[in-house]
Amino acid sequence: MQDQTDAPVLDRSTTKPVISAKSLDLTFQTNDGPVHALSGVDLDIGKGEFVSFIGPSGCGKTTFLRCIAALEAPTGGTLTVNGMTPDEARRARAYGYVFQAAGLYPWRTIEKNIALPLEIMGYSKSEQDERIARVLDLVELSNFGKKYPWQLSGGMQQRASIARALAFDADILLMDEPFGALDEIVRDHLNEQLLDLWARTEKTIGFVTHSIPEAVYLSTKIVVMSPRPGRITDVIDSPLPKERPLDIRDTPEFLEIAHRVRDGLRAGHAYDD
Amino acid sequence: MKNLLPILTVLAAIAALWYVAVAPMNIRGALDMAERGGAEVVPAESIARFDRSVWRLMMDNPEHIAAGYALERPRLPTPGQVGAELWKTTGDMALRGRALSKRSLIYHGWITLQSTLWGFALGTVLGMAGAIAIVYSRVVDMSLMPWAIISQTIPIVALAPMIIVLSSQVGIEGRTVPKAIISAYLCYFPVLVGMVKGLRSPGAAQLDLLRTYSASGLQAFLKLRLPASMPYLFTSLKIGIAAALVGTIVGELPTGAISGLGARILIGDQFGTPLAIWAALFAAAILAGVLVTLLDVMQRVTLKRMGMQT
Repeated sequence: MQDQTDAPVLDRSTTKPVISAKSLDLTFQTNDGPVHALSGVDLDIGKGEFVSFIGPSGCGKTTFLRCIAALEAPTGGTLTVNGMTPDEARRARAYGYVFQAAGLYPWRTIEKNIALPLEIMGYSKSEQDERIARVLDLVELSNFGKKYPWQLSGGMQQRASIARALAFDADILLMDEPFGALDEIVRDHLNEQLLDLWARTEKTIGFVTHSIPEAVYLSTKIVVMSPRPGRITDVIDSPLPKERPLDIRDTPEFLEIAHRVRDGLRAGHAYDD
Repeated sequence: MKNLLPILTVLAAIAALWYVAVAPMNIRGALDMAERGGAEVVPAESIARFDRSVWRLMMDNPEHIAAGYALERPRLPTPGQVGAELWKTTGDMALRGRALSKRSLIYHGWITLQSTLWGFALGTVLGMAGAIAIVYSRVVDMSLMPWAIISQTIPIVALAPMIIVLSSQVGIEGRTVPKAIISAYLCYFPVLVGMVKGLRSPGAAQLDLLRTYSASGLQAFLKLRLPASMPYLFTSLKIGIAAALVGTIVGELPTGAISGLGARILIGDQFGTPLAIWAALFAAAILAGVLVTLLDVMQRVTLKRMGMQT
């Protein structure tokens, strides 16, 4: 299935990679001995791709995302982001990061929360206002700028945190189980919105999840990982079209990919622990 | 205002208990007075009364119990007597234009308040500075924190006279400064502990988020740690100001002090005027209540302005 002829997807993956990992290793030294969080990870992510990382806990999917963000330092191999080291890429504002918890400051309004990275990066007040208005519109929260986080639902808070990550025009959006704490219906809605946002902004998205339907529905590329040591067991290029209504999840193509993901997870999962 | 009813209920219960307690506490005094007035009491000699329990004396002399509620120097004054004494030494003197007379509790309260506020300011600054050092330096965390805890295990009553003596040795006139030091000594600790907790309250994800923005340490402090610590700070300040007041009063206890609520308590004790002690005690409690309430209002206003639910 990897060598299909789906033109738009293929175009993306043949251009110069935005994120490139070569035999990446990361070993944590703990009191119980070394933990191999990542082992021999090879992966190229092209511009504009939507890549999901899926796998059981301990498989290194979040660790890999954190390496890209320079929040963890790999102990072996190479990793480049936009051709730079992750550290340089961060200083060049290459990516926005969305955590599982929205992490909005309770003492700031939604507008002010989105202004946070802009203040830190030294944007002028007028530029801040213009950007805040633009990203609030992108996540459909224009009427909520003056509200405080506690006045918003969990889904709206997570949208606000996505707006915060988009505010400084990073080309890459790294999302670590952003909808993991939300209920199914809200999650479906946010998935649809995220695809729409991705289509409009043409960002490259790295998305960690442990939901198979979410990974298949969103991604152009699904990276299946397994634990101990954390490694990639399968990379699936999705043949699904870019336009994806929610009911695409009932089509045979969708189910086939979901099947392959599930097989990959099962193969890499040791059931005796 | 829905808190008012339970508060008043508890207050009424305390007052009731107090009034009931006055009878046994003052029965000996009442009988002594009655004996001097020529009335018949059982037993007639005060020596013999010493060996009797107060309960027995009350049973044998029911007609004298009431007198215990109106003694000039009661062992336990009634709330009414304390209130009257408090009024006599504050409001009444103020009305007669003698609010700052040395016999007025307003004057003594003012002396105590000054030292309390100085000590509170000093303690808060020290506590916050210590907290910042502890949060940002592992070395300071490991070296300062144990000493901060040990400092609070030393009885302040033992330390207070030394601070007063030592500060006079280095030429500090009067008691304001040593009293402020003593109250700062008690007050910095809750501020330190609360601020350490508050500055450390942002989670790992919050700090990681700032790292993804390449925020500087100062930015992380000003934009995240400091605002996040505000609810903790105010809670600590409320405990701190009460501790500062206690510190000042303890600083006024060692012999030699003549002004301040602590000195009034000591003098009342030495001259056998329990009413003066109780009045000074209540003045101190009211002062503490006012200070804590003021901080509470500041907390509500500040947190509301910050948009936080209180």
